[in-house]
Amino acid sequence: MIKHCKNTKKATKYCIFVSVMNKYLLNIISNSCVAKDVFRMELTGEIPALKCGSFVEIAVEGCYLRRPISVCASCEGHLTLVYKIVGEGTRKMSELSYGQKVDLIGGLGNGFSLSPLPAHPLLIGGGIGTAPLLQLATDLRAAGSTPLLLAGFNSASDIFLEKEFTDLCAQVIFTTLDGSRGIQGMVTEVLSSLHFDYFYACGPMPMLKAVSTAIPHPGQLSLEERMGCGFGICMGCSIQTAGGPKRICKEGPVFRKEELLW
Amino acid sequence: MVNTSVNLCGITLQNPVIPASGTCGFGAELAEWYDLNLLGAISIKGTTLEPRFGNPTPRIAECPNGMLNSVGLQNPGVETVAAEEIPRLKKHYHQPIIANISGFSIDEYTACCERICNSVDLVELNISCPNVHNGGMAFGTSATEAARVVSAVRKVCSRPLVVKLTPNVTDITVIARACEEAGADGLTLINTLLGMRIDVMRRKPVLANKMGGFSGAAVFPIALRMIYQVHLACRIPIIGCGGVSSARDVIEMMMAGATAVQVGSENLRNPLACKEIIENLPLEMEKLHISDLKEFIGIIQ
Ligand SMILES: Cc1cc2nc3c(=O)[nH]c(=O)nc-3n(C[C@H](O)[C@H](O)[C@H](O)COP(=O)(O)OP(=O)(O)OC[C@H]3O[C@@H](n4cnc5c(N)ncnc54)[C@H](O)[C@@H]3O)c2cc1C
Ligand SMILES: Cc1cc2nc3c(=O)[nH]c(=O)nc-3n(C[C@H](O)[C@H](O)[C@H](O)COP(=O)(O)O)c2cc1C
Ligand code: FES
Repeated sequence: MIKHCKNTKKATKYCIFVSVMNKYLLNIISNSCVAKDVFRMELTGEIPALKCGSFVEIAVEGCYLRRPISVCASCEGHLTLVYKIVGEGTRKMSELSYGQKVDLIGGLGNGFSLSPLPAHPLLIGGGIGTAPLLQLATDLRAAGSTPLLLAGFNSASDIFLEKEFTDLCAQVIFTTLDGSRGIQGMVTEVLSSLHFDYFYACGPMPMLKAVSTAIPHPGQLSLEERMGCGFGICMGCSIQTAGGPKRICKEGPVFRKEELLW
Repeated sequence: MVNTSVNLCGITLQNPVIPASGTCGFGAELAEWYDLNLLGAISIKGTTLEPRFGNPTPRIAECPNGMLNSVGLQNPGVETVAAEEIPRLKKHYHQPIIANISGFSIDEYTACCERICNSVDLVELNISCPNVHNGGMAFGTSATEAARVVSAVRKVCSRPLVVKLTPNVTDITVIARACEEAGADGLTLINTLLGMRIDVMRRKPVLANKMGGFSGAAVFPIALRMIYQVHLACRIPIIGCGGVSSARDVIEMMMAGATAVQVGSENLRNPLACKEIIENLPLEMEKLHISDLKEFIGIIQ
């Protein structure tokens, strides 16, 4: 399905991440609805492979601040973003179409760390927070690890990237609040039945807090905050951590479980 | 060839463009985008005597053509800034540095200034931060309080002292004149305007601190008007600030009375903002038949 990365395995092998931030003007190849209010934007242009768990800041016509969106899939020359319409900026993004250009800066933030490489990591996604786990699953597979995916949604119609995750993960488990797909309830209700030695999580704060408390294993969590700049100059996104104040956009968005104070 | 250099309080700047305090950290993060040596000067993040985490998040809200922030002077404290941040900046950057200092009492302002002033070229006294209680703006909204803190800091400051004023007052010229009489060598106009946004879906203020400082392109006409008024009322040089996003804005602010111009929120939207403005400045000057920028400072009467 990730058509642009003709050879996904080969592409990931070359993901020697260029951590230098840059401003890019990319072309939209497609921008289509993949679940309720969720869009998938495929971009092409001169851009290096961006690290899993890093993000970009997108300039949206008529919006003063850029919009932070995670790297969903990336290889040299291509970038896939999956985003949910929640307000004016994401609505305007969803109205863009083939041939139009997107001004973005990236790759921002630290991204997920794959070392030491866990043998059986559990990837936990909450809603749209599942999007950045795709590149993570790709990279884990390429590095020789077999991830499981546990993703929680409100309803069956919110689920996206199912085929992509199924291709990469040993097991894909969905939970929905209304029970319309998979197990009814929240992701935390399934945790005890799964075998894993490490976890990666991205989703709303209450979910992150719940999984972090419930899981005895170490792991990494990707956080979200309203951002001014996205690249560390404004101090808009700071949190207190065990290691002192950190900027979610710069030292994060990914933090190790033990760093977070909740 | 056009001449973009200006003289600010006896210091020659190669051009009038300065990233504003709070929108360029301590320089390191902007240096990842371009060579800072092309700047006129840099005004580093507001510094207090003690380290501060600042206010709870969310600290950022968006507005039409602008933004609110309630960061609340997050900084590692003057000791770390003077001992670590400034030396780190100086390794790669050789243009003037402006320290931006804040405090909650006159003693804090003077102690902070004493520790930092010898490491920098100019001191910007922030008596205008709307995001901290009974500090910052409390000094900037009263002419007598402003004069007290300015004259106290003036006594301990080994560098030119520029006072950064708040627009949240009825008549900014009264405060500006009080600062000039108390010994200020220059003025920075303006800090942010106090603003607010509500998330109507959640029925809650967007900012955890409820209110925050409004900045960005939308405030440009207000900043310009205040610079114009103060230029007519005072003799000391003015650093213009507020909503600048282009080389043309820089020239417009200088015509209103600014000797140098700070670029704030625009850096957040575009990390290359100052670089692009500086590169465009000579082109814009040629279009407007300006050969020496400083001759146009305050031409509007
Ligand atoms: C590091 C990071 C990665 C993200 N990755 C994704 C992703 O891959 N897909 C996706 O759909 N969303 C992602 N988000 C959330 C996304 O940034 C917001 O949904 C989006 O900014 C909302 O913009 P809007 O104009 O539609 O909403 P509005 O509510 O109109 O936006 C108003 C302001 O608030 C900010 N804002 C609103 N909600 C959020 C939020 N949840 N997080 C941060 N800022 C917010 C906006 O950026 C804007 O400045 C990410 C956020 C962060 C911080
Ligand atoms: C995120 C942010 C942080 C700021 N921090 C400071 C500060 O520490 N000290 C200060 O004097 N002004 C601070 N300001 C105010 C700016 O320096 C500037 O005066 C104001 O934003 C108006 O300019 P602008 O419209 O170009 O942004 C801050 C502004 C923003 C947006
Ligand atoms: S958003 Fe500006 S420092 Fe993180």
